[in-house]
Amino acid sequence: MVGLISALIIIPLIGALTLYAGPPRNTRSMAFVFNALSAFCALMLWQKFDTGAAAFQFVERHVWIPSIGAEYLVGIDGLSLLLVLLTSLIVPFAFLAQRMDRGAAALMLVMQSALYGTFTAQNFVLWFLFYEMSLVPAFLLIKIWGGENRDRAATKFFVYTFFGSIAMLLAFLGIYFVNGTFDFATLAGLGKTGLLPGKLAWLGFAGIFLGLAVKVPVFPFHTWLPDAYETAPTGVSMVLTGILSKMGVYGFVRLLLPLFPNEIKILGPWLLALAVCSIVFASLAAWAQSDLKRMVAYLSINHLGYCMLGLFAVTASPIVAAKIDTHAALSGVFMQIFNHGITAAALFYYVGLLEQRRGLRGINDFGGLMQRTPLLCGWMSVAMFSSLGLPGLNGFIGEFLIFKGSFAMAASFTAIAVIGLLVTAIAFARAMQALFSGPLAESCRAFPDLLRSEKLVVVPVTLLMFVIGIAPQFVFNIFNATVVQMAWLFS
Amino acid sequence: MNWLVNNLWLIPAVPLAISLVILSLANSRRKSAAGLAVAGQIVALALSIFAFSQTLQTSEFRAVQNFTWFTFGKNALRIGWVLDPVAAAMLMMIALVGLCIFVFSIGYMADDKNFTRFFAYLSFFSGAMLGVVIANSLLLLFVFWELVGLASYLLIGFWIERPSAAAAAKKAFITTRIGDMGFFLGMLWLYHSSGTLLFYDSGNGCLERAGLAMLGGSATFIALLIFCGAVGKSGQFPLHVWLPDAMEGPTPVSALIHAATMVAAGVFLVARVYPLFSLGAINGVTASLTVVVWIGVTTALMAALIAIAQADIKRILAYSTVSQLGLMMVSLGVGGVAAGIMHLLAHGFFKALLFLGAGSVIHGCHHEQDIRKMGGLRRLMPVTFLTYAVGMMALSGMPLFFSGGWTKEEILYATAHWPKSHVPYYLVLAGVILTALYMTRQIIYVFFGNPRVASERAHESPRVMTMPLIVLAICAIFFSVVLTPAWPWLHSYLTGEATRFDIAHLIQPMLLVSFVMVAIGIGLGILMYRRAGLEDRHRSAETDPLEYAQPALFRFLENRMWIDELYAQTVIAFSRTAAHLSDWMDRYVWDGLVRAFGGLGQLFGIFTTDFGERGINAGVDKTTTGTRGLGRIMSGWHSGQIQTYLGVVAIGMLALLLLYAWLV
Repeated sequence: MVGLISALIIIPLIGALTLYAGPPRNTRSMAFVFNALSAFCALMLWQKFDTGAAAFQFVERHVWIPSIGAEYLVGIDGLSLLLVLLTSLIVPFAFLAQRMDRGAAALMLVMQSALYGTFTAQNFVLWFLFYEMSLVPAFLLIKIWGGENRDRAATKFFVYTFFGSIAMLLAFLGIYFVNGTFDFATLAGLGKTGLLPGKLAWLGFAGIFLGLAVKVPVFPFHTWLPDAYETAPTGVSMVLTGILSKMGVYGFVRLLLPLFPNEIKILGPWLLALAVCSIVFASLAAWAQSDLKRMVAYLSINHLGYCMLGLFAVTASPIVAAKIDTHAALSGVFMQIFNHGITAAALFYYVGLLEQRRGLRGINDFGGLMQRTPLLCGWMSVAMFSSLGLPGLNGFIGEFLIFKGSFAMAASFTAIAVIGLLVTAIAFARAMQALFSGPLAESCRAFPDLLRSEKLVVVPVTLLMFVIGIAPQFVFNIFNATVVQMAWLFS
Repeated sequence: MNWLVNNLWLIPAVPLAISLVILSLANSRRKSAAGLAVAGQIVALALSIFAFSQTLQTSEFRAVQNFTWFTFGKNALRIGWVLDPVAAAMLMMIALVGLCIFVFSIGYMADDKNFTRFFAYLSFFSGAMLGVVIANSLLLLFVFWELVGLASYLLIGFWIERPSAAAAAKKAFITTRIGDMGFFLGMLWLYHSSGTLLFYDSGNGCLERAGLAMLGGSATFIALLIFCGAVGKSGQFPLHVWLPDAMEGPTPVSALIHAATMVAAGVFLVARVYPLFSLGAINGVTASLTVVVWIGVTTALMAALIAIAQADIKRILAYSTVSQLGLMMVSLGVGGVAAGIMHLLAHGFFKALLFLGAGSVIHGCHHEQDIRKMGGLRRLMPVTFLTYAVGMMALSGMPLFFSGGWTKEEILYATAHWPKSHVPYYLVLAGVILTALYMTRQIIYVFFGNPRVASERAHESPRVMTMPLIVLAICAIFFSVVLTPAWPWLHSYLTGEATRFDIAHLIQPMLLVSFVMVAIGIGLGILMYRRAGLEDRHRSAETDPLEYAQPALFRFLENRMWIDELYAQTVIAFSRTAAHLSDWMDRYVWDGLVRAFGGLGQLFGIFTTDFGERGINAGVDKTTTGTRGLGRIMSGWHSGQIQTYLGVVAIGMLALLLLYAWLV
C-alpha cells in the first residue's frame, strides 16, 4: 500500500509519463487531471493532519541503500504540509497561465513531483535526489521555452545552483563520514553538540550555506535570479518564484539552522547583515528596473530577505529572546513563505497577461490602462498592494510577525530592513503610475480586459489574499505546533 | 454591556461592505451607487449617534471589547474595539461631515463617467476612517490607518488619466508611508516593551498603568516614532509636501479626506496614545511633547505664510489645513488635549464647509480654480457666499458666534501656560493673524469686486450641493454652543469633569487677545487687498498687492519656500541614485564576480585539457579512438530534441521507481 505522501510524489510522475507517451492533444486538461489528483492527496493530508502534534506524521520508512545510510523516509510536519499545499495550489495556476506543449507540461509535472519530494523527504540522500531533480526540468524549461537570452540565463541558473548543490553534497558527505547518518532528525539532535570537529565544521557549514544561499537566493549570491525569472515563460516563473525559491528557505530551516547552531551564532551579525542587504538592495534594484518581470523578480529576492531576517534573528542573534518573539519570527517566516508564494506568482501572472497583450513588458511600454482595462488594473493592484504589505491583505501578516520577532532580537537590523518596506512601496507606486495612469497609450488601445479564462485564476487567488489577510487563523493552525517545536529546537 | 458595544465593528463594516457592493455594480448604475453609499453613511451616522448616547450615561465612559485575531505559536494576538468620549465624538463628526460630503458629491460628480467608482472609494474611505477611531489596539489602528492611506491614494488619483493627479497620488502615498515606517517601528517597539498592543485591557493595556510601567525610558522613543506616522498623515513639517498636491483629487475628496477627517487622524493618534507621550512628565513637559510642540509651531506658521501667496483656491485651503493641524499639534504638545480634539472637531465642520464652498465656486466658475480670475461671486452665488463667510469666520477664529473662535481661544490659553517657553505662544498668535489675513484675501478675491474672466458666467450650484453647505454652516455656528467657557460641555465630556453653567466664565482674557488678533488680521487683509484684482496706477490687475510690494518675499512664499525643490535635489535624488547604483552593482560587481569566477573555471579547464593532451593523451591514443566512438554515440543523445530529453528523464524516473519497488 502506497502512503499518501508517496502517492503525492508519484502521481505527477505518472502524469508526466502519460503526457509524454499519450496523444499530443488535450495537454492542459490532462495535466489538470493529475494536478487535481495530487491536490486531492494534499487536501487529504491536510484534513488528516493532527495540528496539535509536533512530530512528523504520515511517516513512510523503507530501507533503500543501507550501505550508505540512504533510506526512503518521508513525512510531514506543519512546515512541510504548508509547502505541499502551496505547491498543489500554484502549479495548476501555472498551467493556466499559458499554453504549453506536452514536453513543457511533462517537465512541469516532473518538477512538481520533485518539489513534493523535497518538502517531504527526511533523509538527506532522498532529499538531495529530489532537490536536484527539480533543477533539471527548471533548466530545460528555461533553456527551451524561455524568451530572449534563454541560453545564457539557463546556463547561469544551472551552473550556479548546481555549483551550490555540489558544495552542499560534499559537506553532507563529510557529515556522514563523521556521524554515520543521513537522517535529518538524528542530525538535528546532534547539532547542538557539534556535528563536525574543529575546522571541518566550518567547511561543512560553508558548503551547505553556499548551496542554500544560492538557492534562496541570499545577497550576494542572487545574480542568477533576475536573469532566470525574466527569461522563463510565465508559468515557469510562477513556479520558480512561488515554490522553487522556498526550497532554499526550507533547506535553511531543516538543515543549516539545526545542524550548525554554533557556527551561526558566531557569524550572527554577518548573516543578519546579508539578510538586510537582500532586503534593501533588492528593493532598491527593483525600483530601478524598467522591465516589469525583472522588477517582480527583484522584489522576490526582497521578500525572501524578510524570511532570512526572521530566521537569522531567531538563530544568529546573541540575545536570548522571549518565547513570543521566537514564535512570532518563525510564524512570520512560514506565513511569508506561503503568502509570497501566492502573491509573487500572481504578480508574474499579471505581468504575463500584460506581455501577452502588448508583446513587450517594459514599464514604459504601457500607459493609461485604467481607462481601457479597469478590471485587469484593479485585480492586479490587489496583488501589488498585497506584495507591498498593505494591512488587510495577506502579505502584511507575515511581515508584521517577522518584524515583531526580529525587532526583539536584532533591533538595529530590523530598523534598517524597514527601508525595504518603504522602497517596495515606491517601486510599486512607480509601476502603477506608469502602467495605469495618464492618457491611454496608442499601443494599448486594442487591449481586451480580463477574459473569462483569466478570471478563473485571478478571482480565487485574490480571494485567498483577502481571506488570509483578514482571518489567517486557518493557515496558522497548520504550523503552530511546528513553530513551538522549532522554537524549542533553536533556543 | 449592551448590544452596540458588542457590535461596534458594524460602524466601519457597513460602509466597507457597501463599498465592495458598489465596486461590483456596473458603471451605469449611478443611482444605486449613490443611494447605497448615502444609505451606508446614514446607517453609520445612526449607529454613531447611538454610540454617542451610550457614552453620555456616565462620565469617563469607556467600553472595550477585545478578541483574539489569531494565534501564532502559543501566543494570541489580540485586538479590539473601544468606545470612549473621544472616539464617540470623532465618530459623530466623521459620519456627519461624511454624509454632507456624500450628498454634495452627487451633484458635484454628476458628469463624471466613473461616478460609481467614486462612491465606492468614498464609502471605503469612510469605513476605514471610522475604524481608526474605534480601534482599541495600535495594530488595528495601524491596519485602518493604512487603509485610509490607500483610500486617499485612490481618491487623489481618481482622475487617473491626468498625469498630475497620478503623480500627486503617488507622492501622497510614498510621503505618508515614510512616516508610517516610523509608526511601524514604534509599534514594534511598544509591542516588544509592553507585551501588548491593546490600549485598554482591564488594567493590562499598553496605555494603562501596568503597561506603561514596563516602558520606562523607551517611552520617549516609542512616542516619537509613532509621532512620525502622525507627521506624515497630518501633513506636518517636514512631510507636509504631499497635502497641497493632494488637491488634484475631486473637491469633495479634498473636503472629506484632506481637510476634515483623514489628515486629522494624526492628531487623533497622538491624542489616543497620549499617555505614551506624557509618561514621566514634569510639569506636563516631556521630551516627546516638546518635539510635538515645535513641529506643530513650525508647521502652523510656515503653512500660514505660504497660504498668503497662493492663487489656487483649493491650495490656499490646503495650506490652511496644514497650518490648523499644526495648531492642533501645538495644543496637544502643551497639554491641551481636549482643546486640540475640540479644534479638530470644529475644524472638521468648518473646513469641510470651506472646501465644499470652494467646490461650489469651482463648479460655478466652470472648473476654474485661480482666485485672481474670479470676483463678484457675492451676488452671483449668494448661498455659497454666505456659508463660505461663516466658514471663513470660524476658521479665522472670530470669537463668540463661531466654533473656531472658542477652540482657538482654548489653544491660546493652553499655549500661554506652557511652562517651558513662551515662544510658541507668540508664534501661534502670529499664526492667528496670518490665518485671518489669508482668508480675507481669498474672500475679497473670490466674492467681492467685479466679476472677472472666470466668474462672469457663474451660477449658483444646485440644491443638492447647497444643502450640505447650509447644514455644515449651521454646524459650524451651533457647534460653538457646547464649546463656550460659560458651559464647556464638550470639554467636560472629553475630560470627564463635571459641567457647570457659569456665565461669568464667558469673559476670558484670552478671548480679548484672540479677538484683537483676528481683527488685526482681517483689518490688515482689507487694507492690503481691498483693491486687489483692480487696475491700479502702479500695477496690473493680475499682480498681487503683496507681490507688488515685496516681490522677492512673494516669490519665496508662492514657490512654497522651495521645499519641494529642495527635496527633489536632495532626498529624492539621493535615493534614486541609490536605486540605480544597486542595479549597477548587481549587473557589474556581483554578477561580475560570478562571471570572473566562471572565467577562472574555464581557464582551469583549458589548462587541464592542455595538460591532458600533452601529458596523458599521447600514451592512450588507442583508448581515445574507442572513447571517441562512444562520444559520437553520446553526442547523438544530445539531440536537442525535447522528446529525447524527456524520454531519458522519464526512463530514469521509472528505473528509480522500479528500484524502489524492488527494495521495498
